[in-house]
Amino acid sequence: MTSALAIEAHGLVKRYGPKTALAGVDIEVPTGTVTAVLGPNGAGKTTAVRILTTLADADEGTATVAGFDVRRHPNEVRRRIGLAAQDATVDPLLTGYENLVMIGELHQLSRSEAKRRARELLEQFSLVDAADRVTSGYSGGMRRRLDLAATLVARPQVLFLDEPTTGLDPRARNELWEVLDTLVGRGTTLLLTTQYLEEADRLADDIVVIDRGKIIARGDARSLKRQVGGDNIGITLADDDLLEAAAGLLASCTGHEPVVDRPLRTVTAPTTDGVAGLAAVANALAEAGIRVEDLSLRQPTLDEVFLTLTGQAIDHDENALEEAHS
Amino acid sequence: MSTTTDALGPTSGNGAAARIAEVAAPGPTTDPHPPRGVVHDVWVVARRGLVHMKRQPEALSDATIQPIMFVLLFAYVFGGAIDVPGGGNYREFLMGGIMAQTIVFTSFGVAMSLANDRKNQAVDRFRSLPIAKGAVLGGHAVANLIKAFLPIAIMSVTGLIVGWRIRGSVVDAVAGYLLMVAFAFAMIWIGVLLGSVVRTPEGVQGIAFVALFPLTFVASTFVPVASMPGPLQVIAEWNPITTLSDALRELFGNPNTPTAAGDPWSIANPVAYTWLWIIGIVVVCAPLSVRLYNRSIAR
Repeated sequence: MTSALAIEAHGLVKRYGPKTALAGVDIEVPTGTVTAVLGPNGAGKTTAVRILTTLADADEGTATVAGFDVRRHPNEVRRRIGLAAQDATVDPLLTGYENLVMIGELHQLSRSEAKRRARELLEQFSLVDAADRVTSGYSGGMRRRLDLAATLVARPQVLFLDEPTTGLDPRARNELWEVLDTLVGRGTTLLLTTQYLEEADRLADDIVVIDRGKIIARGDARSLKRQVGGDNIGITLADDDLLEAAAGLLASCTGHEPVVDRPLRTVTAPTTDGVAGLAAVANALAEAGIRVEDLSLRQPTLDEVFLTLTGQAIDHDENALEEAHS
Repeated sequence: MSTTTDALGPTSGNGAAARIAEVAAPGPTTDPHPPRGVVHDVWVVARRGLVHMKRQPEALSDATIQPIMFVLLFAYVFGGAIDVPGGGNYREFLMGGIMAQTIVFTSFGVAMSLANDRKNQAVDRFRSLPIAKGAVLGGHAVANLIKAFLPIAIMSVTGLIVGWRIRGSVVDAVAGYLLMVAFAFAMIWIGVLLGSVVRTPEGVQGIAFVALFPLTFVASTFVPVASMPGPLQVIAEWNPITTLSDALRELFGNPNTPTAAGDPWSIANPVAYTWLWIIGIVVVCAPLSVRLYNRSIAR
């Protein structure tokens, strides 16, 4: 029943009129693992998810999910997957309970089984009190929870989450990550899209970086970070007289020429040594007697990753394409 | 937005994630559930449509309040100025027309449901589920057919109050109601066609106002077609809404436009002509609409 690869896609091409949303994408996700598709708006993330979840047909290429070809056996695929789209797609005129029962029944559960599942999931997602209210009155967070619960009604083997944490605050995001961890620990295969390297790093075994419909880098978080130059050490000084001194010190510690931002009184340089590199810089600063307001080790932002991988900043004008799907 | 703080709810703590995984992870015995068949899926979607109607009574106004309003307006405001050519009570003439108009609006209801599905992304949700082919449209069709019974009943009662009576035989009366239900069924597929082309609720409303609504007036709905100027009269004579109105009058034994020797076939045989339209729409338009609609949502 289970093959080694839960998702296997080769050469996916998708065009919307003159625009090429996907220009030949390969994705392989081993069963029971997590792959993050990382990229800016309009990169083709949603298009890839739509093809893999049978919502859109690829113009070229093949895809197999949970052992079935998405084009030839869409319903076999649909039986085995759960999809949470970017915006929660719960029915606004039905109650939370009715939403889950309906989706359970459409997943071919019997009515009594669907009702039992609905109650079970409402309880686990702390929606019991709101169960009999129509969802148009739900808060954004509640709607998202219900949407995720709906995705899990049929205990999917492969879960697709399109930017699941966009719009969630840090605590909510951490809770969601924890749920996903345990689901994967119990055998669910997960493909998620994200705009945040931090999220990809936290959850994914493999990361696929996508830009303008093409995969521009892939690998586990460590190898990817090596490609983009690892973490950044940032120093914020208490007073800007010592910026040059701090920059020189950072350069000698990391071996990279730091970026100096005078108005913000910061110097930043990449490091591949992680915390050890940070400790070395901290010691050097203390010895030199330079007063520091903030010293941090942080992951590069998506913008920095793209700058490194593509040599150019994210083209934010392409946002329109993903919007065009709806 | 502060409302998004509760990703897993206020009571979720350390154990919450594990408990959720307990109920949501695929177990070793999780086999996908075998299909329950298209009838099951259609009914699930139809039930949703019926709940929608219950929760949104204002959206039903085109099938409830509006026809009552029209009956009262035409019976008591305009009615006095309109003569039924063959003689007879205008209010009795009117009822067949208003019933026909109300039945035609079934298509508007369908197109609205489809547009709302797009707006709420229910289309994508349904398409990601293992549903029998055609079950979503089938569900909308069944729900809207059930919904069509409501105005038919309301119209009959309102008619009785203003003086309309069924004066023909029981068999003819049954044939009249059957004709209404069949026409409503045909209108569903016109609604699907509308919903494939016009994608927003606002757009559907616009089309209804500029196309559907006038079409129900260029007919014998409220006035005899003989009173219309030449070209308009020709359109009205072949308009199936005219023949549906006339057919209902004929079957209910109400005053009707008298037919003359030179009348087109449609006017001379309103029941047969209306049935031809119903069959034509169901046979030709329905498969085309379904294909168009499916193409419009697969992107």
